[in-house]
Amino acid sequence: MVELPLVVIDVQRGGPSTGLPTKTEQADLLQAMYGRNGESPVPIIAPLSPADCFDAAVEATRIALKYRTPVLLLSDGAIANGSEPWLIPDVDELPDLRVEFASEPNADNDSGEFWPYVRDPETLARAWAVPGTPGLQHRIGGLEKADKTGHISYDPDNHDKMVRLRQAKVDGIDVPDLVVDDPSGGKARVLALGWGSSFGPIGAACRRVRKLGLPIAQAHLRHLNPLPANLGDILRSYDKVVVPEMNLGQLALLLRAKYLVDVHSHTKVAGLPFKAEELQNLFSEIITGVTTEAAK
Amino acid sequence: MTAIDIGLPTIGGLDLVPTTDEPQKAKDYKSDQEVRWCPGCGDYVVLNAVQSFLPTLGLKRENIVFISGIGCSSRFPYYLNTYGMHSIHGRAPSIATGLATTRPDLSVWVVTGDGDALSIGGNHLIHALRRNVNIKILLFNNRIYGLTKGQYSPTSGQGMVTKSTPMGSVDTPFNPLSLAIGAEASFVGRALDSDRKGLTEVLQAAAQHRGSALVEIYQNCPIFNDGAFDVLKDADEAATRLIPLRAGEPIRFGPNQEFGVKRGDWGGLDVAKVADIGEDNLVVHDPSIADTSYAFALSRLGDQNLNHVPTGILRQVERPTYDDGARAQVEEARAARKPDLQGLLRGKDTWTVA
Repeated sequence: MVELPLVVIDVQRGGPSTGLPTKTEQADLLQAMYGRNGESPVPIIAPLSPADCFDAAVEATRIALKYRTPVLLLSDGAIANGSEPWLIPDVDELPDLRVEFASEPNADNDSGEFWPYVRDPETLARAWAVPGTPGLQHRIGGLEKADKTGHISYDPDNHDKMVRLRQAKVDGIDVPDLVVDDPSGGKARVLALGWGSSFGPIGAACRRVRKLGLPIAQAHLRHLNPLPANLGDILRSYDKVVVPEMNLGQLALLLRAKYLVDVHSHTKVAGLPFKAEELQNLFSEIITGVTTEAAK
Repeated sequence: MTAIDIGLPTIGGLDLVPTTDEPQKAKDYKSDQEVRWCPGCGDYVVLNAVQSFLPTLGLKRENIVFISGIGCSSRFPYYLNTYGMHSIHGRAPSIATGLATTRPDLSVWVVTGDGDALSIGGNHLIHALRRNVNIKILLFNNRIYGLTKGQYSPTSGQGMVTKSTPMGSVDTPFNPLSLAIGAEASFVGRALDSDRKGLTEVLQAAAQHRGSALVEIYQNCPIFNDGAFDVLKDADEAATRLIPLRAGEPIRFGPNQEFGVKRGDWGGLDVAKVADIGEDNLVVHDPSIADTSYAFALSRLGDQNLNHVPTGILRQVERPTYDDGARAQVEEARAARKPDLQGLLRGKDTWTVA
């Protein structure tokens, strides 16, 4: 619980273990979400294309620094081995990621001490003083720390509070709202929702389906933890939400648990990306089914 | 493959760390945390020795960092009023490597134990030593897993009965100093928790050494392996077992200095009676010998049963450090070409779409 910035890049490939080197998969999502001991939430960002990797990495770093937390950047083999045109960013327009380190004692009593677990009231990020700063010597580490002071603490209520504070910090990260693409102007009753490298094939399949005269909405999650604040409302506003994933339904599991929405999970773990055609057929069937159901 | 001479200057271990003229006392280095080790634990003695020794370095307190892994010994940083991190099991050398490399103005110390350093952290330990990072590693060796209440460790002797070896351990223990020397450590020393003077001398030299220093501290665990080093604390026994090493002096020991160290067969070293071999044939201790064979042979003088235990500084050689080298390369690259992020992003194979 040192609550220090760290960006972990996981380029998912076929697993488990050494699995299928060079092949792609999206099967580390639950590991990224929960694969640690204890309640230890971390933000997760997933780039949706090769060109998006730069922005996703900047965003992961921004969150890590602003909130003093490890962040998982969840890419996959299809993105890592893929390529596409990328508009080179103007460095002057990149976000300023400089951090203000603590330089003064911050105890809320008159002790004149530095307390490493005093939190920013807005972000809940803890105070960060680096070695070499006079008078702010302190100790951090894996043992549970008392709220504010950072002393070693075995107090049950304190642990409960600190676990909830760390969860609240991650839950409160400023994540942009999810944007839905629906050229039909709201006629679509089916939403195709994906994450990661499946953005390409899902988008291609949606375009094909629309050309056939079937409306479908598409949305793609870049932020997987926390999820965008408007996601629940979006999920509930469609008759059917289809979630194609290159795993056995990990995002679908999270969505069902969190939003109680019975999403349609479509899964494939062949080490290969989805093909536009297979998703086109899937989407067409689901749209037809929804339309038939509505006509009854 | 190209290899180039990276010719690096060798300087002292603390030469880049800011000093203070303000007088310091041991109590300045005590934190406000209650020290929680079992009554009688050797860790208290080591903590006191370190708290008394640190003021003698004359460094700014905020420029000292203690990093530990997991285990009894690894609670150490909480009790020192410096910057500190109780980090990941076995990984303190890696975290310390990062810190020492980015921050030459810090005196970086690692506190670890025989379990933390030699079981889960064996990999990290040997590579930190090989790289010769400017960090000082204090390895508290009590030959047992204490925090988990008494299972055998990588330094527990063969046949030792513990909770996890009810019929006696079948493992061959590590000799931590042999391991460190085999990993090309540039500074290797040993001291006893109870020998405050000897411990302080080794710590002093380690602090001043530029590069990785490994100091093995024999530390008594009064609960789960009590008396493991008692033979070295009994005055009569200690006189025949401890071999104090002093640079430039013939290696002699014994109640009447009647024993010494001579060159043995097969390139090793042996213990002999001075009367049998003659004073002229005693080995004169030189920790600065670049070849690791000599220090390795010293580390092999005794067995696990503590029949002969060299103490002091076995090896202290100058060689380029990882952190100095890495920083020099960064500076060189910066001097050769102005840092240009935009240029880096643009790369060499980009084009403009009209």
